[in-house]
Amino acid sequence: MAFTLKVNGSSHEIDVDGDIPLLWVLRDVLGMTGTKFGCGQALCGACTVHIDGQPVRSCQTSVNSIGDSVVTTIEAIGHTPQGAALQKAWLDLEVVQCGYCQSGQIMSAAALLKDTPKPSDADIDSAMSGNVCRCGTYQRIRAAIKQAAGV
Amino acid sequence: MDGSILTNRIEGETAMSRRTFFQGTGLLLGFALTGARTEPVFAAPVSQVTENDVTGTFAPNGFIRINPTGAVTLVIPMIEMGQGVYTSLSMLLAEELEVKLDQIQVQHAPPNHALYVNSIIGIQNTGGSASVRAFWTPLRQAGAVGRNLLIAAAAKRWNVDPASCRAKDGVVFDASGSKHLSYGELARAAAELPVPPVKNVKLKDPKDFTLIGTRAKRVDSPIKVDGRALYGIDTRLPGMKVAAVAISPVLGGKAKTVNEKAALAVKGVRQVVNIDEAVAVVADHMGAAKKGLEAAAITWDDGPNGKVNNADIVKQLEEESKKPGVVARNEGDAGKALAEAAQRVDAIYQVPFLAHAAMEPMNCTVHLRKDRCDIWVGTQAPTITQSLVVELTGLPKDAIKIHNHLIGGGFGRRLEADGAVLAVKIAKHIDGPVKVIWSREEDIQHDMYRPYYLDRLSAGLDAAGKPVAWTHRIAGSSVMARYYPPYFKDGLDPDAVEAAAEPPYALPNIHVDFVRVEPPGVRTSWWRGVGPTHNVFVVESFMDELAHAAKQDPVAYRKGLLGHNPRALAVLSLAAEKAGWGSPLPARHGRGISVQFAYGSYTSQVAEVEVAADGSVKVKRIVCAIDCGMYVNPDTIEAQIQGGTLFGLTAALHGSITFKDGRVEQSNFDSYLPMRIDEVPVVETHLVRSSEAPGGVGETPTAVVSAAVANAIFAATGTRVRRLPVDSNSLKSSS
Ligand code: FES
Ligand code: FES
Repeated sequence: MAFTLKVNGSSHEIDVDGDIPLLWVLRDVLGMTGTKFGCGQALCGACTVHIDGQPVRSCQTSVNSIGDSVVTTIEAIGHTPQGAALQKAWLDLEVVQCGYCQSGQIMSAAALLKDTPKPSDADIDSAMSGNVCRCGTYQRIRAAIKQAAGV
Repeated sequence: MDGSILTNRIEGETAMSRRTFFQGTGLLLGFALTGARTEPVFAAPVSQVTENDVTGTFAPNGFIRINPTGAVTLVIPMIEMGQGVYTSLSMLLAEELEVKLDQIQVQHAPPNHALYVNSIIGIQNTGGSASVRAFWTPLRQAGAVGRNLLIAAAAKRWNVDPASCRAKDGVVFDASGSKHLSYGELARAAAELPVPPVKNVKLKDPKDFTLIGTRAKRVDSPIKVDGRALYGIDTRLPGMKVAAVAISPVLGGKAKTVNEKAALAVKGVRQVVNIDEAVAVVADHMGAAKKGLEAAAITWDDGPNGKVNNADIVKQLEEESKKPGVVARNEGDAGKALAEAAQRVDAIYQVPFLAHAAMEPMNCTVHLRKDRCDIWVGTQAPTITQSLVVELTGLPKDAIKIHNHLIGGGFGRRLEADGAVLAVKIAKHIDGPVKVIWSREEDIQHDMYRPYYLDRLSAGLDAAGKPVAWTHRIAGSSVMARYYPPYFKDGLDPDAVEAAAEPPYALPNIHVDFVRVEPPGVRTSWWRGVGPTHNVFVVESFMDELAHAAKQDPVAYRKGLLGHNPRALAVLSLAAEKAGWGSPLPARHGRGISVQFAYGSYTSQVAEVEVAADGSVKVKRIVCAIDCGMYVNPDTIEAQIQGGTLFGLTAALHGSITFKDGRVEQSNFDSYLPMRIDEVPVVETHLVRSSEAPGGVGETPTAVVSAAVANAIFAATGTRVRRLPVDSNSLKSSS
């Protein structure tokens, strides 16, 4: 089936089965590899993107469910004020280790700050506990979110 | 900096060929890690270095190229997998070469066994927390030689005494500071000068370091916050197909039925490859490949391991561990001392199989052609990968091109080349490049696991409670015997007994032995440390049992046995003090301590836990003190301590791989649980300033944390944890 996908401000024509997860369309069809595959079952958050500003797990989002909605990925999140502030805080506090989970972490955090500009620890826990980091960067992730939010 | 990692894929191609690498002009420095030669550093014009220079007697392990634009390139064999090695090694070089950190670009080296041996671990691997330890001296020496040559070149041009000149940030200044020349302007001339012998080149006194020891920014961070960083799984090539793979759920099994027709009917599926041990569905994209794999509805013939069960593996260990093993250490007469002791303590400890579950699932891209095989992968062991592919393809070594990548978490998993081997076997049936990606389930169920160990310990205490006898028998798999056979001597695996054969304590009568027991149907391997991650849990838990039996405070008891070991004593005391050891805690709360010497570093942790009435354990705080000798970047160390602690803690609280009917029972992050942000404690790090030789860091906290937590649980509940992971059912409050 042919679809038109709006990703990071551009439209893309794609021709795949409707039940194919957005993750693989982004990575393999559109060549945008910043969004990562970690579990395929909505258990790790590595594949998090925004659809109309809401965080979703792209590994469990079929391409035919997106319709006219706007997809934003890690490649463009720096153009939003939350994304830019988070990326800066991430660098200031040296959050990253292997880095593989960090696209998803930043996407979840950006969605959090958009809805909750001054998050509490409990807000951070609930928005971020779907994102796994096997390198164990959580302590710095929490600090960086707070720095970006100015709390 | 970003540029160089980002374009590694492209530059990797050119760096593969020595000829290409040595084209161009400027100054080339080579440096070597081991001492089998006269001079550990050479320097020459880039264009004049011959093949003989790099494969002959000199055989450097890394290169530094300074080109006429002033760019400094460091070519090293280590791969970045989060441990900050690109940053640490750049800092060592920049300090002595006198350049700014951001003037250095890092390239990982092609797999050339002769050139890139890591002196501590023996083959070109990234592991064993060995990188900084191996490079500490040679890299600084190379930088100092380079600086000397560049200063000499400037002095010659100005006709002044080199001693009157100085270098800073890649520029040489004369005595007055009015004349200056950049390294780029001097690179060619410097390459023509005689190389000063290393012994005549003075290294900086550590007190004069301006970069080493500082919180310099990581060089690999910017590309990791906006999706630019390329891992092996991000490989994209013209004409590339993507393959999803199903591996026989039982080791040694074979595909029995495969519905190829159904798989091929899926839009985007191109091919089904059945190699018996695995089936791959090859498609235009992973979405189609996965869908095709499901449609293929594969059934399996289990083969000889279809009956493997965890209980049987444990039973075998119980039996085998009753027999004496190969002696790792024997001092005094432990048997006699035990018989004569005033009090005796015995215990059996067990630790489970563990998966790595790095965030980047296993993957490998292969383009196999008649005369060459290109491999795109993130690997900790490129030379091993290369030689296995030589065997598999019959191609000469030179024809196997490994394009190494950033790794999305290694933890030892990428020291194994099974992923590349499987991908090459599949690629043999495919025309053009193919990227083979394992699902998370495949990754967890076809890992090579940290072995299950069963340990028997006995100790004898004298009337004052001091241990006068200590015996420790370790039974389990030897990773070393398979992986580095030369190090497995006379039945003894030096890794499996590390931190058990030499506990930091004064133990007058000690006997430690190892019984090798290989579990059937299970592949074992390295795992962010193997020996110490298991042994420190056992030794430090048992030491806690002895303190309890002696009715003494666990910290005071240990201090009494560490009088001869000032560095261990210092970290123990520091951790205890910073954690407020001894201050009162509420009911069902407890503190536990653990101390170790492993990977060349001294580390101690205090864990503070709360055990709820339902037995669930909440780790509230971890205080870590580490003396890792002279250190390069305290910020990277703190990050490694935080991450390594959580890696060990995750295993201690949740980690267990079990087998039933030959199959791994866990499959994804809902059954092999990672710690998440809402569960993790704050980890505080206290770094001891030290002028001792640098020790490793990456694996130390993983090893030290589980005993601290287990001992804290004992303090909170009175229940001793002798088996990991912690079983909360055993910790329920009786009231
Ligand atoms: S890959 Fe989508 S949540 Fe893990
Ligand atoms: S930084 Fe490695 S998994 Fe998060």
